[in-house]
Amino acid sequence: MSKLELYLGLDVGSVSINLVLLNKDYRVLEKLYLRTQGKPIEVLKEGLEKLYESMPAGSNVSGAGVTGSGRELAAAMVNADVVKNEITAHGMAVLQYIPNAQTILEIGGQDSKIILLRNGVVADFAMNTVCAAGTGSFLDRQAARLNIPIQEFGSLALKSKSPTRIAGRCAVFAESDMIHKQQMGCRREDIIKGLCEALVRNYLNNVGKGKEILPQIVFQGGVAANEGIKKSFEEALGHPVIVPEHYDVMGALGAAILAHREMMRGEATKFCGFHSIKGSFATNTFSCSGCPNLCEIVEFYLDGKVKARWGDRCGNWSRKESV
Amino acid sequence: MTITFPHMGWLYIPVKALFDDLNVPIVVPPPINNKTLEIGTLLAPEMACLPMKINLGNYVQSIENGADTIVLTGSCGPCRFGYYGVVEQEILRDQGYDVDIIILDAPGRDPREFVNRISRITGRSPLFKGLKAFFQASKIIEEMDKLQQVFLRKRPRELAKGETDRIQTRFEKEVMKCKGSREILALIEKYRHKAETIQERPDTTPLRIGLVGEIYTLIEPYVNLNVEKKLGSLGVEVHRGITIRDWVKTHLSLDLKYKKERKEKLDKGAGYLNLCIGGHAWETIASAVHYADMGLDGVIQILPFGCMPEIVAESIIPTISKDLDIPAMTLTVDELTGEAGYQTRLEAFVDLLSRRKEIIYEQA
Repeated sequence: MSKLELYLGLDVGSVSINLVLLNKDYRVLEKLYLRTQGKPIEVLKEGLEKLYESMPAGSNVSGAGVTGSGRELAAAMVNADVVKNEITAHGMAVLQYIPNAQTILEIGGQDSKIILLRNGVVADFAMNTVCAAGTGSFLDRQAARLNIPIQEFGSLALKSKSPTRIAGRCAVFAESDMIHKQQMGCRREDIIKGLCEALVRNYLNNVGKGKEILPQIVFQGGVAANEGIKKSFEEALGHPVIVPEHYDVMGALGAAILAHREMMRGEATKFCGFHSIKGSFATNTFSCSGCPNLCEIVEFYLDGKVKARWGDRCGNWSRKESV
Repeated sequence: MTITFPHMGWLYIPVKALFDDLNVPIVVPPPINNKTLEIGTLLAPEMACLPMKINLGNYVQSIENGADTIVLTGSCGPCRFGYYGVVEQEILRDQGYDVDIIILDAPGRDPREFVNRISRITGRSPLFKGLKAFFQASKIIEEMDKLQQVFLRKRPRELAKGETDRIQTRFEKEVMKCKGSREILALIEKYRHKAETIQERPDTTPLRIGLVGEIYTLIEPYVNLNVEKKLGSLGVEVHRGITIRDWVKTHLSLDLKYKKERKEKLDKGAGYLNLCIGGHAWETIASAVHYADMGLDGVIQILPFGCMPEIVAESIIPTISKDLDIPAMTLTVDELTGEAGYQTRLEAFVDLLSRRKEIIYEQA
């Protein structure tokens, strides 16, 4: 019996860490969506353990790709074959599963991005710059403040009949405005629907500014679970918005696909994640005084030995032979 | 009198040579670091753009190292930078720093005052010596521009990853130990040779990206988060029209041939913008068109947050991008810019360009 080849994709984001296992035909065998909770190393380790247990007998990982803001850390932990930025990874996943898509709206924990696809390639993109209003962590916070489970936030918005207008330009002001409306006696679902509309307005005016949004429109990232936001997008854009089946792990899917493509060039995988999670990881940071840049260097240890370093501008530390 | 001046990329190299030759004591501000920015952010108005914050940090750090006179260029307000000299003077005075500030505006308006201010700097040096020092400094500008071009060309092609950066860092360290223009010219020559002999990977045709935008942001690597090194190590050949040489040639020299070429380049943008609206917006637009004509793979515009002329240019660039079929991206920097997001955008843009190129190649 030939071994079952699997491809691993990791997306280490600010709010969630996502892991997926794909087979050669890009079918999802296993996916995990875990909250980062400020400790990416522990959560990733935990996730890899779970994934390892769920792997079918006779299968092994033939390639691993990582993406997300914690990609360097993850790459060092598992010896990834591909380390890619989130935009390329998200674009890759959508092109694979929804080939005729022309626009991707992606809202994650702290990033929101728009990616335009034309003729099967990424043609343009933009990310939020100065403000994180409207991203997942802001919604989390508002849900917690209103004491509504985040899972019910969106469906509550759908019950609104007359949404309140909320100033969504800035997270802090949006919150003040919501409190103001609540003290005026507005209904909770109207406030929430108002918030959804404000966030969509803010997204389209900032991230989507000047971009040609053509159908098919795909909405993904953790926030895509929110039906209220999806509805508001549809109202604002005048087109149906597709939320793909694996909307919450699209970045990880893209990373796994990229890993598969990389491995098709014929090299063997460097992946050692399931082995290295048995060891103990540690990090150490210090300020280098070699020059006036005073870079903050992060050292990453596996079982007491330095495995990787990053954070330096000159490259003298990151290039240093790791043991 | 101990002179200092604000940083802008390699500007310190010819300036140091100039004052060394004139025997005027000088303090080169310490290379810009987070401390510099911290000082500047504390002193500058919050809404001022990044260049001003860095300038102020440079002055304070130089004053701590013994400088008592600051020389800077004013340029009479093509954008708010033109007023920074005067504003910075007031801020330093309010903070109780007892320093002289000599603002050099372009000589056009009041040549006598210009000569006056120059002679305050050159002191009692004979005219002949002064002229010679200026001549040597402009030669250094030419030579270092060539060196920079070699680095830009080599970085995406180098066989040993990081070698170009290593050589450049060593050059920047050694140049500070040189005294006078002659030593500096010899060092530049030496390093140009070193850079020329960096081994290249065979058969590389790197992607080519043109950088456009606000002059200070383009020239000062601390401010643009080392965009040239970052792109270079992603395998991109970087083109940048706005350099120190270009700035000097435009504002201080009488080189008519250069001025004619510059005019022709600016005229390329005429379909989109045909006059100076302040800052370098016109150059930004014209260069974007120029780079599209050259067949570069993409254009990146960089501006400091709140830079009015560049914001106008930013809104024109998508039209150029569409008309001339060249991908473009805008990056805004200020003291709050996160390096991770910046790197992500650069990587994604490079991925986009290389995939696009592959497809064009497949179709051909």
